[in-house]
Amino acid sequence: MPDLRLVKGNEAICYGAVHGGCEAFFGYPITPQNEVPEIMSWLMPKYGRAFLQAESEIASINMIYGASGAGKRAMSSSSSPGISLMMEGISYIAGAELPCVLISVQRGGPGLGNIAPSQSDYFQAVKGGGHGDYNNIVLAPWNAQEMYDHPRIAFELADKYRMPVIVLTDAVLGSMLEPARIPDEPPEIEVPGKPWAACGRGGRDHKNVINSLYLEPEVLSDHNDKLQARYATIREQEKKWDTRLVDDAEFLVAAYGISARIAFSAIKMARERGLKVGLFRPVTLWPFPSEALAEIGNRVNGTLVFELSGGQMLEDVRLALPGRPVEFFGKMGGVLPSPSELCEEIFKAAERCNAGSSSRTNQVRV
Amino acid sequence: MPEVQAEQIKCVFDRPRALADRPHHYCPGCSHGIFHRLVAEMIDEFGLFDKTIAIVPVGCSVLAFNYFECDVMEASHGRAPAVATGIKRTLPDRFVFTYQGDGDLASIGMSETIHTAARGEKVTIFFVNNGIYGMTGGQMAPTTLEGQKSTTSPAGRDIALTGPPIDMCTLLSSLPGVAYLARIPLTSPKNLNTARKYMRKAVRAQIEGLGFALVEALCACPVQWGMDPKQAIKHIDENVTKVYPPGEYVDRVSGNGKDKAKAS
Repeated sequence: MPDLRLVKGNEAICYGAVHGGCEAFFGYPITPQNEVPEIMSWLMPKYGRAFLQAESEIASINMIYGASGAGKRAMSSSSSPGISLMMEGISYIAGAELPCVLISVQRGGPGLGNIAPSQSDYFQAVKGGGHGDYNNIVLAPWNAQEMYDHPRIAFELADKYRMPVIVLTDAVLGSMLEPARIPDEPPEIEVPGKPWAACGRGGRDHKNVINSLYLEPEVLSDHNDKLQARYATIREQEKKWDTRLVDDAEFLVAAYGISARIAFSAIKMARERGLKVGLFRPVTLWPFPSEALAEIGNRVNGTLVFELSGGQMLEDVRLALPGRPVEFFGKMGGVLPSPSELCEEIFKAAERCNAGSSSRTNQVRV
Repeated sequence: MPEVQAEQIKCVFDRPRALADRPHHYCPGCSHGIFHRLVAEMIDEFGLFDKTIAIVPVGCSVLAFNYFECDVMEASHGRAPAVATGIKRTLPDRFVFTYQGDGDLASIGMSETIHTAARGEKVTIFFVNNGIYGMTGGQMAPTTLEGQKSTTSPAGRDIALTGPPIDMCTLLSSLPGVAYLARIPLTSPKNLNTARKYMRKAVRAQIEGLGFALVEALCACPVQWGMDPKQAIKHIDENVTKVYPPGEYVDRVSGNGKDKAKAS
């Protein structure tokens, strides 16, 4: 096992990407993810791989389209406004069935917002963002180790299903120094062949075309059916989650990424004060681990969703727990609650649930 | 009549291998078919068929992936140069070209065009300038001539309102990353031969690793111009070439050691 080393989350992402076989990185500076292109600018050439600072996020995502279409493992990294700019390109990548990995280091929004941590781009990553019926696989790391592990997992999933995979993280996880086990050199990995790639025919008896245009409605309908069938397979096979202290739990907190870290501290405080609280942490935000959440959420007295947003993952939790009491606590604009503040909210939410005054899905205005 | 032996028969004109044997969807009098053929001739002539990746645009030539027999990628509107960059940076030994119209290259994709040229990206662009958005129904393009009618400039392009047309060759010629830049109207057999000459240099600029290359073809769009094909050709020769002078704008390919001045 490799030694522990102290890394920033954004640094861990770079090693994770390179060790996961990333062959091309295209990106544009934006805070709070600037360490990623900075590190990639020397780390990629060190292993003979392509790095280019693009003129915009629009160019970045289209460079990825080209490199991925040519059969290479390609990645970009950005933050909220930059990810917004990539949306058209992501839709094309989904439509053309290309694998790619995108790191989204969320900051405060809407608009220019600020550079503080936020989770307000859940909808953007999980529910689409670009046009058309498509999904991205979305992974949500919660520490430096997962910031290292997830890019490799993302490349594997992207290649397996030929679709974009987003690692959805935030300004805290990107900037925080933590220990993580990271090998000094890239491990040997197996990359699947890509017989569909448009990399020059090289004697092949047919041409390969990378395309998302299907002018005939029936043909586009069939193409969409194929994508939907793939998404159904992913929903069946790729859901990942993490639970803490749920076996004896009477109340549950659902949170992902940095929120889950804060929540875990708050839960331990609540347990010291006698309230048996557990943590449910989705690791894949899409596909959302609804059944695993329901299994716990249906036997506790209530669930508190905690996010750094106005309530986005909340919708998926409510869909997973119909008729069950679901409470919400959120902070926006880059404000982080302390664990003790969250602990107070857990007590208040649990009290409302026990008193039967909590809102349930069928009573909630959607 | 003396009898002709089979070994005496020589093929002097044929469809290039890189061009698909299928009917095009283009309108009568449109230049796309000619330009497709010229591009395909280059791929054959340089023996690039097995190592070419074409990037085709959004616009009238959006279906060009059906017409080229090499590997092809369909780019989003204006982003073909970025897609080409992504390919060329990961497969530097391949021949990578984009085929783009004026709305694609000079309007929505202007940023990608300029930055790809500025980086001296070793890709080749075949640029169709017909001064109009053909596919979407004849709207004004950045290259539409002053006074030219379009569906979004029904009284004729008013440059007080829109600014004057953009001359891409002049615009790009200041960038040191550009290895070859030329413009030619596709209006006569003589001009097609000149086009071949220019396009050969634009291919060489890439395969010799010299930098960015672009050939702009002044093309006809008789349907959206409201002309018959003959009038459209005449219009290019008499009017369009006045605004967009043909010739070589940058030539670092010829090996004469210095940039050649604008030819005309």
